[in-house]
Amino acid sequence: METALVGVGLVVVAAALLWGVVRYRSTRGFSSTEQRLTFDVLHAASQAAPPLRLGLTEASAGKSIRYLRQLLGTPALAITSAEEVLAWEGIGAHHRDTVMALAAGVLDSARPDVAKAAEMACEQPDCPLRGAVIAPVTLEGQVAGALVALTWQEPGAGLVRATLETARWVGTQLELAELDQSRARLARAEIRALRAQISPHFIYNALGAIGSFVRTDPDRARELLLEFAEFTRYSFRQYGEFTTLAEELGNIERYLLIERARFGDRLQVTLRIAPEVLPVAVPFLTLQPLVENAVRHGLADKPGVGTIAIRAEDAGAQCLITVEDDGVGMDPARLRELTVEDGGDGREHVGLGNVDDRLRSVFGNDYGLVVETAPGAGTKVSLRIPKFHAGVRAG
Amino acid sequence: MAVSGSPYALPAIIVVTVLTIGIGAYGLRFSRTTSDFLVASRSISPGWNASAISGEYLSAASFLGVAGLVMKYGADVLWYPVGFAAGYLALLLFVAAPLRRSGAFTLPDFAEARLGSRALRRWSVFFVVVIGWLYLLPQLQGAGLTLRTLTGAPYWVGAVVVGVVVTVNVANGGMRSITFVQAFQYWLKLTAIAVPAFFLLIVWQSGGFADLSGGQAPTFDEQTSVRVDTGVTVVLGEPLTLSVDGFADGADVDGPVRWTAGDHQIAAGTVLVFPDGAAVPHVSGLPALSGQTWAAPLGSGGGSPDHPLFATYSLILATFLGTMGLPHVLVRFYTNPDGRAARRTTLIVLALLGVFYLFPTLYGALGRLYTPQLLITGQTDAVVLLLPGAALGGLLGQVLGALVAAGAFAAFLSTASGLLVSVSGVLSTDVMGRGSVRDFRRAATVAGLVPLVIAAQIDRLDVSQVVGLAFAVAASTFCPLLVLGIWWRGLTAVGALAGVLAGGALSLTAVLVTVFGGELDGWPGVLLAQPAAWTVPVAFAVLVVVSKATAARIPPNIGRTMLLLHAPESLGLGRATPS
Repeated sequence: METALVGVGLVVVAAALLWGVVRYRSTRGFSSTEQRLTFDVLHAASQAAPPLRLGLTEASAGKSIRYLRQLLGTPALAITSAEEVLAWEGIGAHHRDTVMALAAGVLDSARPDVAKAAEMACEQPDCPLRGAVIAPVTLEGQVAGALVALTWQEPGAGLVRATLETARWVGTQLELAELDQSRARLARAEIRALRAQISPHFIYNALGAIGSFVRTDPDRARELLLEFAEFTRYSFRQYGEFTTLAEELGNIERYLLIERARFGDRLQVTLRIAPEVLPVAVPFLTLQPLVENAVRHGLADKPGVGTIAIRAEDAGAQCLITVEDDGVGMDPARLRELTVEDGGDGREHVGLGNVDDRLRSVFGNDYGLVVETAPGAGTKVSLRIPKFHAGVRAG
Repeated sequence: MAVSGSPYALPAIIVVTVLTIGIGAYGLRFSRTTSDFLVASRSISPGWNASAISGEYLSAASFLGVAGLVMKYGADVLWYPVGFAAGYLALLLFVAAPLRRSGAFTLPDFAEARLGSRALRRWSVFFVVVIGWLYLLPQLQGAGLTLRTLTGAPYWVGAVVVGVVVTVNVANGGMRSITFVQAFQYWLKLTAIAVPAFFLLIVWQSGGFADLSGGQAPTFDEQTSVRVDTGVTVVLGEPLTLSVDGFADGADVDGPVRWTAGDHQIAAGTVLVFPDGAAVPHVSGLPALSGQTWAAPLGSGGGSPDHPLFATYSLILATFLGTMGLPHVLVRFYTNPDGRAARRTTLIVLALLGVFYLFPTLYGALGRLYTPQLLITGQTDAVVLLLPGAALGGLLGQVLGALVAAGAFAAFLSTASGLLVSVSGVLSTDVMGRGSVRDFRRAATVAGLVPLVIAAQIDRLDVSQVVGLAFAVAASTFCPLLVLGIWWRGLTAVGALAGVLAGGALSLTAVLVTVFGGELDGWPGVLLAQPAAWTVPVAFAVLVVVSKATAARIPPNIGRTMLLLHAPESLGLGRATPS
């Protein structure tokens, strides 16, 4: 029994210590009041920012308004969109309609307004709210909503300026949200572009190769044509940003089958795939451009037999994929020019640059392509894919 | 002890260890090298996957601990092997397919995918590490015990050897969870325990199926000499004349003595020679059970003699619900191509484990006939290692003894590696870096050394009991999170966090008191030694109540998440909307 009490006691003491440390760290350690105040303001702002980065909605306004009120220190604060009050924090929520009416004027004029006690009259005799500052929240020049700070007395000049500044800060966050969205739109557009540009070269070459079999080996021609149909169906599919490594490999198989019809035995392929990583979700058409690149730039210009090795290894919480060819290789400096600048006739390597961009935008900057190459030494492209990443799911 | 391990055991263990390291170093060769896409992109079949899960799962507790407990306590502890296997039933019914569909690789991944909370993810990481370490302890403990039994080396030597081998191996990238290697481990372990068991059955049969459930406590059926390795106090039921060489009851003795009924202290290194037919004295604290009590339910209470019924239910709850919270088991489900395959895999695991667990039980029962002297010291975990040599004798006994020892070592190595890979995986992605290979190495070193230090301290507890505690923590934390996360729309991140913390704090307190505190009697003892029966309901209750209180915070896209988790992939309902 005693040991049980000692054990429980120990846990309680440990928890109390932990709590104490957390409290201490949040209250002490500032050398001056200014420092403390700066910290409080920046902390509140940094707490309010993430929800706003998702755009101006009821949910995001509701999550950030608590911290915005901390910034202003008023008894009540409201955020409105162009149509309605999105969130109310603090007392006096029965003023919703009054506030929306006041905000409507500001939304029209795009100029801040101050409401006095007369405009704030209401039926509740004990309602302490006597004034309001209404500041427009502008987003790329348009008024998207209003920030309304309600006070006990006639609003002073200090509060007006603080409210205006906060409204401007909210506007900036919303503009960043727009930016995030357009970046995501761009990434989607890039996939579409990639689907659409599944090289005209390839289509031309594939049809040419199939055509050459039509007389000599009709069965093979038919088989190849079906593979080609399947290949285009996958590459042009309209749903899903992600797919599984297994499906991606299946598509590469069809691609290589068609290329082999053209190159014959000159094209050798080795695969070493750890079966554990087949279900890993990868961005759609990640490997295909790498393999296509290996065929086009590694082997097409090279006399004799060329080998492509595709490898996928299991590395803990990640999957490691490499595509290697023993072709002519290239000067690393030239490769950088082609992929980074991506302009002019950079189209030759647009595949690599595009895959690199998409991997980074999905998984973060740690997950770009790594290319090892030198003239005459072949090319090796490797990438890592995390087995789980929030929001990434094959389908 | 006079019955010692087989001389071939040590070489067998060395071979298994070297093989394990070798496979780790050359592990990548096991991935298929081919130029045939059809072969290369064929996913792992449920059968292989199930063997691999079983191979990683069958640990020291299964291999040595279950038999040891059965020998000591009888029918009550049958719930250990039953629960260890039946946990997969709960996994099959509630978790397997939806978890796979969630796309999560680890438990913290699931928490993040379902509730989108970073705080919950961080605490999940904490509990993954805690459960992983708790489960690593008995593996190292089992290794220490095995080496001591076979070579007489001090207990800590084996723990340190296995700990260091596994840590170095995992840190250097060996023993990644290569399915075919792990699957092979299952069949190795099954062979190692099943083949000797058939010979033991033949011996038992040739002795006319000696009665195990008679009215008598175990006796020596021939003159037996026993060497006591660690000092011990034994209880004699009736007076006995025996020959003692060494230091006992505070005096040097060399020759026959007559001991009265009651307690007798025996110093380490003393040799006792018992006459034919003498009753086996039991270590103090372990009741001398007659065969009848041993074979009857609620006879011994499985080490909790005061409240056997509560202890039994608690154990059932912990093992049934704890399996789904074991980190090294869940990562293997990721290998299944879809939810349906995950279910099939789990079903096969149930069958494979069911077959395996027949054998440790048999060893425990026959141990009472052929190696009763283990009851003198209470270290019955060694029964699997010693039984073949004692019952069969001769070259056959020695060869089979070596086989069992090799199987036991394979069990420590594979389970310990799987756990270490899981623990260092989450440490390297969430605590000590961003998941690069270098982060993983550093994390593996830390993750391996901590339990090593603790394991050197605790040789007092039974291997299976420590494992049981790991199960209790898993059942009190991840089981509510998984079950409610999958089946209840009303769960919120705050509720989940509160429930996991409540269940985790309570069960961990119980574990710490049991492991580092002393022996407790009565209700406090049983409540802390078998905590699941109260910590699991508390965790569920907190989860539900807090989620209800914060119902405004239900994730907005809950309908879509639920669809993803529950709709079969073939319907294509979980797909992203057309872009």
